[in-house]
Amino acid sequence: MTKAPLRAVNSEFAFSRIGEGMPQIFSKNANGVARFVIWGSCAALLIAAAIGTVLPRSDLITGVGEPLAQPVPFSHKHHVGQLGIDCRYCHNGVESSSSAGLPATEVCMTCHSQLFTNANMLAPVRASLVSGKPIEWQRVNSVPDFVFFNHAIHVNKGVACETCHGEVDQMPLTRRAHTLSMEWCLGCHRNPGPNLRPPQDVFLMHWQPPADIDEIRRQLIGMLDIHPDTMTDCYVCHR
Amino acid sequence: MSAIAEKGPGFGIDIAALRKQLASGHEMWRSLDEIAGTAEFRRFVEAEFPAIAERLPARPNRRTLLKLMGASLSLAGLAACSRAESIVPYVRQPEILIPGKPVYYATTLSSDGFGIGAIVESHEGRPIKIEGNPDHTASRGATDAVMQAAVLTLFDPDRSRTPLKDGQPASYGHFLKDMAGLFSRWTVSQGQGGALLLDASASPTLAAQLDALRARYPKLKIYRHDPLAIPAAAEASHALFGSALTPVYRFDRAETIVSLDADFLGEGPGRLAYAHDFAARRRVRSPNDRMSRLYAVESTPTITGAAADHRFAIKPSEVEAVAAGLNAALTGQAGRSASPIDQAWMTALADDLKAADRNALVVAGGHQSAFVQAAALSANAKLGALGNTVQLIEPPDALQVDGDLARLCGAIGDGAIDTVVVLGANPLHTAPTRLDAHKAFSSLKFMVHHGLYRDETAFLAHWHVPAAHELESWSDIRAYDGTASLVQPLIKPLYDGRTMHELLAVLGGQFEADPLAPVRQHWAALDDDAWKKALRDCIVPNSAAKPISVTVPPDLGGLRPAAKAADGIDIRFVADPWLRDGRFANASWLQELPRPLTKIVWGNAALISPATAERLKIENGKIINVALNGADIDAPAWIVPGHPDESVTLSFGFGRRAGSVAALAEGYDAFRLRSGAEWIATGATLTPRQNSVRVITTQHHQAMEGRAIIRHASLDAFRRNPDFVRKDVPPSPKETLYPDWPYDQEAWAMAIDLSACIGCMACVSACQAENNIAPVGPDECERGQEMHWLRVDRYYAGPVEAPDTFFQPVPCMHCEKAPCEVVCPVNATVHTHDGLNAQVYNRCIGTRYCSQNCPYKVRRFNFLDHQSFDKDDAGPEQGVHNPNVSVRSRGVMEKCTYCVQRISAKRIQAQIENRDIADGEVVTACQQACPTQAITFGDRNKKDARVVREKSAPQNYALLEELNTRPRTTYLGKISNPNGKLAKTGEATDG
Repeated sequence: MTKAPLRAVNSEFAFSRIGEGMPQIFSKNANGVARFVIWGSCAALLIAAAIGTVLPRSDLITGVGEPLAQPVPFSHKHHVGQLGIDCRYCHNGVESSSSAGLPATEVCMTCHSQLFTNANMLAPVRASLVSGKPIEWQRVNSVPDFVFFNHAIHVNKGVACETCHGEVDQMPLTRRAHTLSMEWCLGCHRNPGPNLRPPQDVFLMHWQPPADIDEIRRQLIGMLDIHPDTMTDCYVCHR
Repeated sequence: MSAIAEKGPGFGIDIAALRKQLASGHEMWRSLDEIAGTAEFRRFVEAEFPAIAERLPARPNRRTLLKLMGASLSLAGLAACSRAESIVPYVRQPEILIPGKPVYYATTLSSDGFGIGAIVESHEGRPIKIEGNPDHTASRGATDAVMQAAVLTLFDPDRSRTPLKDGQPASYGHFLKDMAGLFSRWTVSQGQGGALLLDASASPTLAAQLDALRARYPKLKIYRHDPLAIPAAAEASHALFGSALTPVYRFDRAETIVSLDADFLGEGPGRLAYAHDFAARRRVRSPNDRMSRLYAVESTPTITGAAADHRFAIKPSEVEAVAAGLNAALTGQAGRSASPIDQAWMTALADDLKAADRNALVVAGGHQSAFVQAAALSANAKLGALGNTVQLIEPPDALQVDGDLARLCGAIGDGAIDTVVVLGANPLHTAPTRLDAHKAFSSLKFMVHHGLYRDETAFLAHWHVPAAHELESWSDIRAYDGTASLVQPLIKPLYDGRTMHELLAVLGGQFEADPLAPVRQHWAALDDDAWKKALRDCIVPNSAAKPISVTVPPDLGGLRPAAKAADGIDIRFVADPWLRDGRFANASWLQELPRPLTKIVWGNAALISPATAERLKIENGKIINVALNGADIDAPAWIVPGHPDESVTLSFGFGRRAGSVAALAEGYDAFRLRSGAEWIATGATLTPRQNSVRVITTQHHQAMEGRAIIRHASLDAFRRNPDFVRKDVPPSPKETLYPDWPYDQEAWAMAIDLSACIGCMACVSACQAENNIAPVGPDECERGQEMHWLRVDRYYAGPVEAPDTFFQPVPCMHCEKAPCEVVCPVNATVHTHDGLNAQVYNRCIGTRYCSQNCPYKVRRFNFLDHQSFDKDDAGPEQGVHNPNVSVRSRGVMEKCTYCVQRISAKRIQAQIENRDIADGEVVTACQQACPTQAITFGDRNKKDARVVREKSAPQNYALLEELNTRPRTTYLGKISNPNGKLAKTGEATDG
């Protein structure tokens, strides 16, 4: 909006006042109010759009970085970072199944029947073994029911655990490292290259890419028969 | 459908005019209403979504509209809230189980008491899908529609969950205490006054347990009540050879087959194997191929008759005369003309049989009299077929019993029996009315009932004990050819049900019996390794019965045809193809699965011929009173083209008085007209009543407006012109506005062989089980809103009295130029790189434009929330869901996906192993279930793929190809093999 039409309106009012003797409807500051309302609503829309864009992606909504309370305060930092246990010791379905799997109570007890056998912290684990009632963990990384995610294919094609789950060896309590939103998934499905590494290295933490990583990634895409052009078909994830 | 049932009185179809119209004989039609072009039919077909208007208030006012909108807005908000979810790992994870990966177990399901091998897919211990066991003789890798529903009955919330004493919940321990009392009484009295009532079962362990019980209690009586028993074959072989023998047919050897009222493709424990062998002999891909020929003489339209090259419909009581006539014709005595079948026809038939020599086969329907059985055996013997195409074996279900239900009721009436243990049977529903089973059973001092449901019989029992489902049980069972196979549990009993063997062990004093013990004990001869192998395969090796060689005495053992039947209407009783005697009445999948020929769902009707309907002025849906020997029932009439005149077909299975799903069904109880175990009754009367009721059928739904849908030819015509499917077909345009898709990797495609399809509906049932397809109930079906992704259309051609019948399975065509894709405003239906036409449920906003634009009418819309999403709210039935397929909500479109979850699973497997997907690796659910292997699926880009070979057959054609949709699903035109000497009107001889 420019000033010219506004002036024209004013002059019209002025004309009518002279001609018909009609009282002025809008006071002088009405112009300011109108400007404020017009610009203000534009700004409000912009802010709303910005909030609408940013908020759903913010950690507040996606829950990224927020550790969840678990029945047993299991620490990946201790088990992975300090002890160096391989991911597959507990998540043993990850190479062959859609689900990586959570360790059965028995798996916990392979070590904890010998170590920290009286620790209070581990009482729920021992109770589970005795009662046969499973431990109910809180799900940290979840996708909606209509998303059919498959761990095996990602791990076998050189997408590392670390790539999606972050540096779990730094997490005293497990937290979500990425949003796991469709936008985030598609980012990699459209261009998987930057997230690939040789499949034998997918279980390594803090993996440092070699100098010729770009060439390696180009080769991996060919060798592993990865087809980025077909990886965005809806049915790849939704069935 | 209802459009017909709802019309006022006096509006009928002019059958005489129809006859004239059909005289030319080449037109295809789906129903009498269609060919007559009634106004109701037009209205129904033209509505894209029939009766949708009924759903909405006629003129929603502003307030209603705002209310509806407000509700959907607030619901949309609620749906966005996510709840914390927990993960529950195992405490001790079984070694072979990896969460997320299905495990497959072999077991055996029972079908009318005989075993059919199955492979069950189990996800984290939850059985969700039944497949056939390729190593099992009765399955050959296929299943039927009923087997598919075994997982549904397993999770049926109506199943009985606790023992009941006089109708009140009680503990199993309490029951055992009462049984201990019975045990000590019987030990003293040697079982005096006690009786067992068994269901049909060919379980060797059961037979052994009964022998042990008999030894323990010499005075205990054992009765068997099988309402669907067909004792005539055993009776005939008793008369002929002095011992009961059962015929087993070898259709893989048969060249010329005559069916004397035998529905060998649709009935009987060997039907899957028979269908497999029958279709294998009729696979024609080039003009040099040969095929067998089937003549069917039948008393009610069946799928066997539909598959026949020549079909002759006669009253059930006249089959004996035909059997006698056939024997006479085979021995050259053409003089006897009592046969209701034209002499020329019979001569040609006999010549054909003689030409086939020992590869001829005459099959007698089990429900026919002992004379017909004997005549068929004698004809086979004359042809030298006995021992070749027909083999006689010891009956696999042989069980030494003291009689049937009638005997038991008599003994109760005499006071000889006062304690009955009913194992599985439901005599209060299935007993003939004449027996007054209610009176007999209510006079008992002590009655125990063991069954899956608290059914009609359980209500009378002093103790009701929930039975373990067959997927929860240890047992064994013999197949039609005597092969013994094991039944192993897929899941621990959900409701603490007990197997029949456990209960028999309790009766024998073993109160702490382990469910496996009696079975393992019976097979003690198998060492542990052999037992494990038998369990893995679920087959006991080399257990099939050995054929017995016999000679047929020329006098047929004194068996004679019955005297000329009384005048009046013949009644032909049949078991409902899915509900059987009513035991599956609570399975919604089966209630909603259209019957092969009538396409009736959620009810049954009295089937009559067009001529009988015309004579009695009966229309579809009109109530008729069927009276026989003082008993009568009211049933809605349904006119079936090709039904024999002056005869009515009544089906068992409906009219149940227990079960919440069964209660939704409409229908009559045909057992009330039965006086014993007979399948045929004569001298009935039909009286039309004034009123009509709705009979729900899906035969008009998704009609394709009479274009060249089915293409068919006789074998001779095919040999003359292998390209018959191209004849008189508008040329399909080649140019298109849309650019072609590149298919660099796979290009999935399907071929459906219409010659092999027998219309058994196994594919539809399998699709429902695999893809979480919701049953919708009778009212929705009536509106044409059933959700089946795959339908089997039934077409007729020729005169109404003797039409040719065709079946055509119609899944999504997965068009390369799909009309649905271009009209979706939100891109919810998209083309994938391998040619699938994918539906994205989360994008779909329910405009239904895609369905409107689909020429094949294969899309289904969720008008209602048919299945609950809330896991706490959904009940045990959610257990049946396939975890790899989304459960759809209201307001979204869905359709066949070519089982994309199976493609994805195999692709991921192949990608992990860094190889291509092999041909035959991806098998769709419909393909896997099909007993005749009519469906082929694979990658069209592979040169040697089976689907490419099928599609290169000369009779391959695409449905409505003139629309240039370029469907990926194509059909192989039907080829039949009629006898050139027997031309009949309307016969498909010239394509």
